[in-house]
Amino acid sequence: MKALGPILAVVAAIIALWYVAAVPMNIQEVLTQAERAGAVVEPEGAMNRRDVNRFALVLRNADHLGESWSMERARLPAPHQVVKELWASTWDEEVSGRRGIVKSGSLSNRSLIYHGSITLGATIVGFLIGSGLGILLAVGIVHSKTMDMSVMPWAIVSQTIPIVALAPMIIVVLYSIGVEGLLPKAVISAYLSFFPVVVGMVKGLRSPDAMQTDLLRTYNASKPQAFWMLRLPASVPYLFASLKIGIAASLVGAIVGELPVQRGGLGARMLGGSYYGQTEQLWAALLFAAAMAAILVWLIGWIEGKTLRRMGVTQ
Amino acid sequence: MNQPVISASHLDLTFQTNDGPVHALRDVSLDIGKGEFVSFIGPSGCGKTTFLRCIAGLEEPTGGTLAVNGLTPDAARRSRAYGYVFQAAGLYPWRTIGGNIRLPLEIMGFSKEEQAERVKRTLELVDLAGFEKKFPWQLSGGMQQRASIARALAFDADILLMDEPFGALDEIVRDRLNEELLKLWDRTGKTIGFVTHSIPEAVYLSTKIVVMSPRPGRITDVIESTLPRERPLDIRDSAEFIAIAHRVRDGLRAGHIDA
Repeated sequence: MKALGPILAVVAAIIALWYVAAVPMNIQEVLTQAERAGAVVEPEGAMNRRDVNRFALVLRNADHLGESWSMERARLPAPHQVVKELWASTWDEEVSGRRGIVKSGSLSNRSLIYHGSITLGATIVGFLIGSGLGILLAVGIVHSKTMDMSVMPWAIVSQTIPIVALAPMIIVVLYSIGVEGLLPKAVISAYLSFFPVVVGMVKGLRSPDAMQTDLLRTYNASKPQAFWMLRLPASVPYLFASLKIGIAASLVGAIVGELPVQRGGLGARMLGGSYYGQTEQLWAALLFAAAMAAILVWLIGWIEGKTLRRMGVTQ
Repeated sequence: MNQPVISASHLDLTFQTNDGPVHALRDVSLDIGKGEFVSFIGPSGCGKTTFLRCIAGLEEPTGGTLAVNGLTPDAARRSRAYGYVFQAAGLYPWRTIGGNIRLPLEIMGFSKEEQAERVKRTLELVDLAGFEKKFPWQLSGGMQQRASIARALAFDADILLMDEPFGALDEIVRDRLNEELLKLWDRTGKTIGFVTHSIPEAVYLSTKIVVMSPRPGRITDVIESTLPRERPLDIRDSAEFIAIAHRVRDGLRAGHIDA
């Protein structure tokens, strides 16, 4: 694989930057610990160091940076600390932990696999609702000028409202009518994911050019025939491009929906990590979510490749 | 001449644009008899494509009368009186060659057996037998255009309208397709309307050459070809061919001077 070199180079650069950044980020706590252990640091006393520039502190205390990458509850944990936490809260927790699936028969509520599966459920349900709704809206918009003018502006407006502001309201409103658990999160996911699908699908359904539509007119084809035989197949490549964006947005929606509820899920795990200063836990959850998004997007891409090959559009 | 298949008299078409009215066609009168091969030739903007689209019922004339098979163009379109070949092949990439030719047949509700039979027959007609299961990207440009002609022939309309079908192809492929088109016309006896801006192509193919000029789009000359029906490619070197080509060129030039 020719691309492997450049890919690894980028990953290595990111990790290197991360390690370098960890030094000034953690300098206050590192020096405080060093001072407690009896070292002479400059200036003396945590209070005196509070307002000193981080980079100046690093330069003036170059001898005492040893703990920068091994601090507990570091402001910015080093990559290997995060990876260790990631391993501990997935494989270790499930395989050797007391509550893990091996010993207890069910997923541990401390493991990212457990929380990830909760988030995944809401993501998938929300994505299905959102993309289904998006496709239906797009079909309506393409066939009705009225719908184009009445629905499209609201679809755009809906995406300008910050989802963190809207999510708690959706949850509260749905809770008051007795809907809780997975569904409110799925609704938030759907809210985020329908929009790219609408936009892409409208563009796709309108993609056949004048010649293509004229050709169908010469056959005196009906509107439904034009839809099923021309517009719908022509929109498939556009649809998949939107679905990729949609599923990533769905995951974000599910995570945001878990923040106010705190009943499991990667969002709950992230907020918990943030509350209790468990930065490693927070970063591990972030990485886990990112990996999940990557897999989901890849999965859509895989289905896309299969579908387009099957349709004969690509080789 | 027997009853004309296509009959236009004093046809006008004016497009209203932001820069004022554009006279795409003015006072166009023409009769096309059954089995004729009529070429429309002229510079861009002379209305040759517009006239073809009027016949097809894709544009609405603003004045005059136009009858196709004795019907209005729109009624003729709805009765599927013609097959139309566009400048680009425009095959659906998600359908095989056979599937593309089946498209009009599916739309018009032919039975499955009838569809298969007709696809096979038209593929043979355009010399593409054996390519039924191939996808468009697997074919050359010339073969794709042949497939699009097969698509227009599949439902056996008596009229074939072709809008610069070989304009995007290279000279050699074009010569071959011209030759094949003549054979096909001879075998099927269809009435063909053919838009081109190549003088040799028009002279080689047609029984009647309609020379048009722009601003406003109008007919400046109608030339009945004296060439025999049987036309090998080297007929283009004959004195008769060259004489007709001269007359076409004169017609084009005359149209240009008074424009």
